[in-house]
Amino acid sequence: MTTTDTALEPVTGRAPRRGRAGGKGQGQRQSVAGWLFVTPTLVVLGLFLVIPIVMALWVSFSDWNGRGSPFSSRVNLVGAQNYAALLTEPGLSRQDFMISLRNTFYYVLGVVPLQTVLALTLAVIVNQRFLKGRTFFRTAFYFPSVVSSVAISLVFLFLFTGTGAVNQFLSLFGIDGPTWFSDPRGLIHLVGDWLGLWSGTNPPAALENTQVMSLSLWEWISGPSVAMSAIMLQVIWTTAGTFMLMFIAGLQDLPTEVEEAAMVDGANKWQRFRAVTLPHLRPTILLVVTLGVIGTWQVFDQMYVMTQGGPAKTTLTPAYLSYTAAFNQNQWGEGAAMAFLLFVLIFVLTSVQRYWLRDKDEVAQRKAERAQRRAAKKGVAA
Amino acid sequence: MYRTRRTAALALVLGGTLFASACGGGGGFKDEGASSAPASAKGPAALKMLIASSGDAETNAVKAAADAWAKKTGNTVTVTVASDMNQQLAQGFASGSPADVFYMDASRFADYAKNGSLYAYADQLSDNADFYEPLRQTFTFEGKQYCVPKDFSTLGLQINTDSWKKAGLTDADVPTTWDQLEAVSKKLTTKDQVGLGIGVGIDRLGAFVVQNGGWWLKQDGSAPSANSPEVTQALEWVQKNVKAGNFKMSNQLDSGWGGEAFGTGKAAMTIEGNWIAGAAKNDYPKLNYKTVELPAGPKGKGTLQFTQCWGVAADSKAQAQAVDLVKALSTVDQQLKFADAFGVMPSRQSAADQFKAKFPQDAPFIAGGEYGHGPINAAGMEQVVADLNSKLESFGGANIPQVLQAFDTNASAALKK
Repeated sequence: MTTTDTALEPVTGRAPRRGRAGGKGQGQRQSVAGWLFVTPTLVVLGLFLVIPIVMALWVSFSDWNGRGSPFSSRVNLVGAQNYAALLTEPGLSRQDFMISLRNTFYYVLGVVPLQTVLALTLAVIVNQRFLKGRTFFRTAFYFPSVVSSVAISLVFLFLFTGTGAVNQFLSLFGIDGPTWFSDPRGLIHLVGDWLGLWSGTNPPAALENTQVMSLSLWEWISGPSVAMSAIMLQVIWTTAGTFMLMFIAGLQDLPTEVEEAAMVDGANKWQRFRAVTLPHLRPTILLVVTLGVIGTWQVFDQMYVMTQGGPAKTTLTPAYLSYTAAFNQNQWGEGAAMAFLLFVLIFVLTSVQRYWLRDKDEVAQRKAERAQRRAAKKGVAA
Repeated sequence: MYRTRRTAALALVLGGTLFASACGGGGGFKDEGASSAPASAKGPAALKMLIASSGDAETNAVKAAADAWAKKTGNTVTVTVASDMNQQLAQGFASGSPADVFYMDASRFADYAKNGSLYAYADQLSDNADFYEPLRQTFTFEGKQYCVPKDFSTLGLQINTDSWKKAGLTDADVPTTWDQLEAVSKKLTTKDQVGLGIGVGIDRLGAFVVQNGGWWLKQDGSAPSANSPEVTQALEWVQKNVKAGNFKMSNQLDSGWGGEAFGTGKAAMTIEGNWIAGAAKNDYPKLNYKTVELPAGPKGKGTLQFTQCWGVAADSKAQAQAVDLVKALSTVDQQLKFADAFGVMPSRQSAADQFKAKFPQDAPFIAGGEYGHGPINAAGMEQVVADLNSKLESFGGANIPQVLQAFDTNASAALKK
């Protein structure tokens, strides 16, 4: 949440509020009133967010089997046993969890850059001052984001059947399309096979026989399966609209004078985009990529509606696996542990990515200011 | 800095208070031991019933039967149709106030018996022995039969009679052995139709395993036995035919299940249960077909049985009434009424003759009640079975001994837990 807030502020251009007006007594009264106003939110958040999270954390360290309260005397603390089953003990639980991490890694790698670029492109197109019917295009591009993901998933199931619209379109070009949602072959496997690097049906022994965390190297490098790619296409298409809105907000914030100044300096269209628009959009890009990474690692709806983790587990994701582990396999502890491992993973990734995308000029400036202040202090002391 | 710390402190205090009240307060979470004597509610009991319905016909029939019992006994029954049975059952058990009576699927039974969610009442039915023996075995955990089977279904061989005639085959050619099945499937295979289309996974392939005298687990469910000659040979025989092209798996035919491949004419024969009748009537009205018993394998006849039981919750406050309701729902008359309404097969042997007289086309299915095999019903096996199924998805290219070895490894780890 913090990342979102700090990133949002520059986009909306609002100056952060600081300080309070009035004397001390008034301030105290205001603070009481303030607390009164936030109490309902705190209660709701506590009841529906904090307590469930604390309960889930407890379950992830317990042997609760799904019957009665997780806090009853029958339930025992088992330490990190559930986490161990997922990370250190060779077995089916670790294998499935690693498969889900692999699948989602390729999914994030494909979806986040593509949806960001697509959203930015759409925003730039729609933001042109001389485009006719701007409102229409804006609505049209945003439309998929408003429709329920379950409804869209069902439509995609029909589009991507073996004899569906997509394959009929492909056959116009003489391409024999795959049976999308039942095709577990990995894209990197297929590309390697096509380039002659290896044979898909008879993989190199060095890759197939080296096991890392319950999966062979050959399985790790599979890439997203054909089925997963179809889901990726759908997700890119539906989410680009939402992110387009954020980019439009950022673009509209760009002062015309700056762009005109660049024009006077003789910058062409591409140079203006590279050197003026993009740096200005940095906070928005940070926001979009952060939200994208968080959303994609947690993907669940599409798998629940369309594939149930199949074909051959290639659309299994940590969120869906956590659900099945708990509700279908009665392994509540492992399910909760997966959720927390996913949380840690997302937290680390978002922090790293925030560090990468930080404003380097600002950091340098702040450093310089600090040095100056130190120097000034020294001057006074001397 | 100071402000943030105070906010955090307040949030903690607030959260803590809520937390304590949520746990301490009545209703939500209760700490109770399991009891085996039936808990009987005083006065008229209000029973909750959770079912996974196949449609309006089933919902209405179950509701009518429950209402009739309620009227006779002065209790009330609220029937709820689950949209996601696994999830809603789990929620009920976790809350401590589950539905009193519910459908319990055979594949989920052992997990719930193991964690103490189910009330074992089968011995309270005086005519318990009337239910088919394999079905009662399915709902037995650690030597104790918990619940009585609601109904059951088995697999049969469906034959597209138009394709059959076109291939020049007669009634005398109906396959009764594996060799004959192979021979007719080759004759039925044309450019755009495969001889036999089989649904993916062990819920269909398992029939061949049974016909070859094998099973995934040992008889008592204590240890895996998949990596054995019986299982391996059965699967390899099917695989040989898949490779030859006279059998195909449904996912090779761009179909979700065997019935779809059969209904759309991509397969001339398939292996499905009596639910195919509904699909044929609604989705493929022009389809002409008949069902026969599955051909016998080297070790005799074999098929798979799918079943659910009437579960009664260990946490129910009105177990005596719940058991009474189950007794009313599982009489011969009521089972035949259900059969009439939504096409299920009665789980009582004494109802078989009346059923066969009424539904002669379903005779091959009910015959499987005698020699069928129930599903894998050991606790903790769900994940292992899912893994096996996913490895058998691309069946034609699967390395069967390797897949079965992996199953044995995973299953013995799961069974030890």
